[in-house]
Amino acid sequence: MIDLDGYGPLLLKGFQLTVLVGVFSMAVAILLGLFGAWGKLSGSRAAQGVVTAYTTIIRGVPELVIILLVYYGIPTLVQDIFDVNVDFNPFVAGIATIGFIYGAFSTEVFRGSYLAIPKGQIEAAKALGMNGMLLFRRILLPQMLRFALPGLGNVWMVLIKATALVSVIQLPELMRNADIAARSTRLPFTCYFAASLLYLGITIVSIIIQQRAEIWANRGVRRAS
Amino acid sequence: MNMEIIQDSLPKLLDGAAVTIELTFFSLALGLCLAVPLAIMRLHKNPLVWTPVYGFIFYFRGTPLLVQIFLVYYGSGQFQEFLNHIGLWVFFREAYFCAVFTLTLNTAAYTAEIIRGGIQAVPYGEIEAARACGMSGSLLYRRIILSKAFRLAWPSYTNEVVFLLQATSLVSIITLMDITGAARVIASRSFAFYELYITAAVFYLVLVYGILFVFRKIEYRLSGHLRSPSLIA
Repeated sequence: MIDLDGYGPLLLKGFQLTVLVGVFSMAVAILLGLFGAWGKLSGSRAAQGVVTAYTTIIRGVPELVIILLVYYGIPTLVQDIFDVNVDFNPFVAGIATIGFIYGAFSTEVFRGSYLAIPKGQIEAAKALGMNGMLLFRRILLPQMLRFALPGLGNVWMVLIKATALVSVIQLPELMRNADIAARSTRLPFTCYFAASLLYLGITIVSIIIQQRAEIWANRGVRRAS
Repeated sequence: MNMEIIQDSLPKLLDGAAVTIELTFFSLALGLCLAVPLAIMRLHKNPLVWTPVYGFIFYFRGTPLLVQIFLVYYGSGQFQEFLNHIGLWVFFREAYFCAVFTLTLNTAAYTAEIIRGGIQAVPYGEIEAARACGMSGSLLYRRIILSKAFRLAWPSYTNEVVFLLQATSLVSIITLMDITGAARVIASRSFAFYELYITAAVFYLVLVYGILFVFRKIEYRLSGHLRSPSLIA
């Protein structure tokens, strides 16, 4: 493999961290998305208002501004109000922020997939005595997952590319390490190009996994053709 | 919250908003000019034509915009002598040019896919009808295929415009003074971090929802023939 003046391993280490940040952020985004969809579909006006405000604001502000706001803004805000020093760990701050941003996008995905489930199934489950958690676990979740997979795949593709932005808060992920390598080797094009190919690799693998997952999730569906 | 700092920074942020709008506008216009031929080439039957275009689109959609910006802005330094030799270094040395260049290529890749979707969604009967009327080649594309494809692609293109507007915030990393750039500089000088970033966020919110409002209006106009007359009256 290309050595990049000995900086190849550094890039690979950054690659690992990028994947890690991506996977954890995606988990946060899925959880937030489920809660968000629940809030938006619940009868409660207050919950609907909160979730609508969340998705409207997050989707209208660039990720970079939100990352800067969380990493630099929140500690100073807390300091001003409570007069205590807080210092964020870039890893946790990065995951929390990226997860929080893409939670807004997956909220819409889950809301759509819930609405795609035929109402009769929910009525039938209730008639059989299922309620609450059991109904959600047995009837809703498995089917929502099938409808949500294409949307979630898209969210993941955008999310993994957005992780490059956490390099601005000094987290040593792929982009940050490529930056370090570019500065010390004086081969910026080579280093950034290598990094971009690694990102491209993630994208390609993700596309393949998504296709497999969709085939798996749709295995029980009969189609006309 | 320190309201005074916000008030004092408003002129700088407004200048930044002008840069943001300018970058978005130039990149969108240039990107669209590139995207239309790219989309047509992407649908060409000859693999020698569509594979390079497919590769271009795949690369720009599959890698983060930040990497692309760094690749152009810092990466061009690696070829300084060559670029100097062919007289292009004066452009690549400017952060503003690099920003517009990268944003244009990036949005061209995304827009080409959107237009391709639009072209493929044009009902084949309309193309057959146009052929039967004697249209072919550029006339067919101009009058029938592209005009219909644009209308079909408009909602997706609206999303792309909003994404591009937000993506311009990345140029602040290569020293340009757009909204984010201005907010970062003032924040690091005054330590008023959350005040400025929240103000910057409000600027973006206004721009994004302003654009959405205008584009939805245009969408409404474009789809006039689809609404039944009884609903309008």
